[in-house]
Amino acid sequence: MALTLKLNGETHTVDAEPGTPLLWVIRDELKLTGTKFGCGVASCGACTVHLNGEPVRSCQTYVEDVEDAEITTIEAVGKDKIGAAVQQAWVELDVVQCGYCQSGQVMSAVGLLSENPTPSVEEIDDYMHGNACRCATYQRIRAGIQRASEILEA
Amino acid sequence: MTINTSRRGFLKGAAAAGAVLLVGARADGVLAATSSETAQFNPFVKIDADGTVTAIVKHFEKGQGPATGLPTLIAEEIGLRMDQIDYEFAPSNAQVYNNLLFGPFQGTGGSTAMANSWIQYRQAGAAAREMLIAAAAQSWGVDAAGITIDEGIIKAGDLSAPIADFVAAASQLEAPTEPRLKDPSEFRLIGNESVRRKDSAIKGNGQAMYAMDVHLPKQMVAMIKRPESKGGIANGFDDSASKEVKGYISAAVLPNQAGVAVYAENTWAAIQARDALEVDWDMSGAETRHSDQIKAEIMAALDAAPTYNVNKADIAAVAAAIDGADKVIEKTFYFPLLAHAPMEPLNCTIEQTAEGDIVLHDGAQMPTGPHMAYQQIFQLPPEKIHIKTMLAGGSFGRRATPDADYQVEAALAFVVTDRSRPVKLVWTREDDIRSGYYRPAFGHKVRVGLNADGNIVGWQHQVAGQSVIKGTPFESVLVHDGIDHSSIEGIADSPYAIPGIALGLTDTPKATTVLWWRSVGHTHTGYVMETMMDAVAEAAGRDPVEFRLSHLADSSNPDQARKAAVLKLAVEKANWGNVPAGRAQGIAVHKSFGSYAAQVVEVSGDPENGIKIERVTCAVDCGIAVNPDVVRAQMEGGIGYGIGHVMRDQITLTDGTVDQFNFPDYEPLRIGDIAAIDVHIVPSAEAPTGVGEPGTPPSAPALANAINALSGTHVAELPMAENGVNFV
Repeated sequence: MALTLKLNGETHTVDAEPGTPLLWVIRDELKLTGTKFGCGVASCGACTVHLNGEPVRSCQTYVEDVEDAEITTIEAVGKDKIGAAVQQAWVELDVVQCGYCQSGQVMSAVGLLSENPTPSVEEIDDYMHGNACRCATYQRIRAGIQRASEILEA
Repeated sequence: MTINTSRRGFLKGAAAAGAVLLVGARADGVLAATSSETAQFNPFVKIDADGTVTAIVKHFEKGQGPATGLPTLIAEEIGLRMDQIDYEFAPSNAQVYNNLLFGPFQGTGGSTAMANSWIQYRQAGAAAREMLIAAAAQSWGVDAAGITIDEGIIKAGDLSAPIADFVAAASQLEAPTEPRLKDPSEFRLIGNESVRRKDSAIKGNGQAMYAMDVHLPKQMVAMIKRPESKGGIANGFDDSASKEVKGYISAAVLPNQAGVAVYAENTWAAIQARDALEVDWDMSGAETRHSDQIKAEIMAALDAAPTYNVNKADIAAVAAAIDGADKVIEKTFYFPLLAHAPMEPLNCTIEQTAEGDIVLHDGAQMPTGPHMAYQQIFQLPPEKIHIKTMLAGGSFGRRATPDADYQVEAALAFVVTDRSRPVKLVWTREDDIRSGYYRPAFGHKVRVGLNADGNIVGWQHQVAGQSVIKGTPFESVLVHDGIDHSSIEGIADSPYAIPGIALGLTDTPKATTVLWWRSVGHTHTGYVMETMMDAVAEAAGRDPVEFRLSHLADSSNPDQARKAAVLKLAVEKANWGNVPAGRAQGIAVHKSFGSYAAQVVEVSGDPENGIKIERVTCAVDCGIAVNPDVVRAQMEGGIGYGIGHVMRDQITLTDGTVDQFNFPDYEPLRIGDIAAIDVHIVPSAEAPTGVGEPGTPPSAPALANAINALSGTHVAELPMAENGVNFV
């Protein structure tokens, strides 16, 4: 069935059955491949996107439920100053290794800083708990969020 | 093994138009410097007419850094800034792009990417530099000795020009056979803290392209319906329910009957259609064992005489010395099966070109593997098969299968189609956890005798588990006198001077499909050696650091001296012995893949209510650290990988079926699990050695030793969470 999505500031009409995870519409239909498939059960966070600015796991978000929402993916999150600060911090600290989880890490980090501009270490660990990184770049993720917070404060 | 590149000559080819300078190694080992405008030529460095320099990287990038490190070597020798060099991954060519430590085989593994490229890529860069300088010398009429290249500018006195001006002339010159490599005192990029990863930006903004991101025109997504237990055979299927899924195309039994390929227009349709497919399985030959049975087989082997007397010791004499010792310390260890679980589920895409060539898009760790397998499957000569290496979302060994398992699976799913549409094979996380290859389960039994002075008089060490190497194409080179070195590495070659050691090995029967897993045998041997060193020191009433150093006391032995040096540095940086109340430290030091790593883990809490890992301090000696921050990152990651798995992960079988499904029951390390990691690098003038794996072996025993120091709980069976130790 035809559905209308507002994604990264543009309106897209897609053909998808109800129950289709938003992840697969973004990746396979819209060919925006920055949002990653990692587990399919909302256990790793690689598929994190924003719905109205709030991070959600797109593998467990159904396409028919998000027709009225503003969806933002990794490809557009850097247009916002918080997203830009996080991406700048990620480069400054060379956070990434394999990088496959990092789109999701960045999307969650932006979500955290949007609601809490100066998170403590404990708040970072709590908020980022659901974003797995098999390369274990965690302490750079932590430092990256703190650095992004500094950039935004400046 | 030694790296011998001195026999290799360089040659260059000049493109017919556009004046490209290509510098690389010849495959036949004959010194040569011929110009060829038509021959197929595979370079290490390419310089376009406009001066654009591209490093052709022969190792794949799974996060460990060769896409930064190999361009650094070339940029250093030519005289470029890092922003003046780009990179691309090499095509599959086992003659030119082979790993010099693997023979005629292109592949990444064993933490060798930098070690085997160190001279080769610098020589390519140096040859390009000398050719550009020679061209400038001719043009300017000055002595080449007075010409330099710095930040891409060729200079001689008042004369200067960008390298682009001399690409055409240089491409007509003979390449030097023995270009002069820069002295370390001249290095500006190697060892420079300001050199950053070249792949950071694209991995933080979604632009990085992994194999999972390949979308070829008309491609189908294929998923494989597999038997519940390995070894089941598909006899047929009923896809009437799959046909209800929009986007379902068809299904076909794989030629080897190991499963049924389900084809769909997109990934979600493939997932649904596979779920809906009913398969007629013949399970008569399938695995039926329980993991307890596998464990029992291993434990029984530890109590019998070993198949292999690895170090040809007088076992009876060692046993007698221990029996007569003042004190005897005896421990038995068990290590479960482990999955690799790289973040990107396995996948690859195959297409056939109009000319009948086969192209594989893959995060290819060992391109030669699928390249050889595809010659058989497609009955094509090697030049008709092309492998396009994509960024890889992790591996930890999983992509380095000697039998090219998932690439072969994709090929089988492709050959049963009419080949008019590309096939993208996608594994789900469940495929990865349940159908994968595992770190084999291993057991160790160790008896150590101490005399009244607290010195070791005998160390009897039995190892039992399933060989990773036997039955693979690597057996002929990596198994000697029946002994798979990867089962006992880290014991047999330990730098420790241990008197009276007897090392025995028994291969246990094939239990499941096994594979090297980040740091291979060191994953268990490091744990056993380093927790035993602590246990023996404790029984001797000696400090664990002093006890280790007393077995590394021969300063004329570089192996002992370097291991002792990292131990001392870790002790110093961790402020060993000075911890706040309620905390304790544990230490471990281990050599693997030519590098030495020591770690101090500091913990608080208690095993019942939960241990918290407060800090890990690491010291590493990996020779010259080409990129110190990448070295630190690899230590951080190696520590996380080692600790994450011993905390709570294992793969178990019930009636031959894997019990775990996905991350909820194969829980990854999470951000809060380790509060801090500090890494310190020992300055070195030695050639670079591995960093991808050496951070992993000491991490788990250092944690175990810290928990023991805190609580008196010695964990000898893993994972810890299943053996009396909880974590907060």
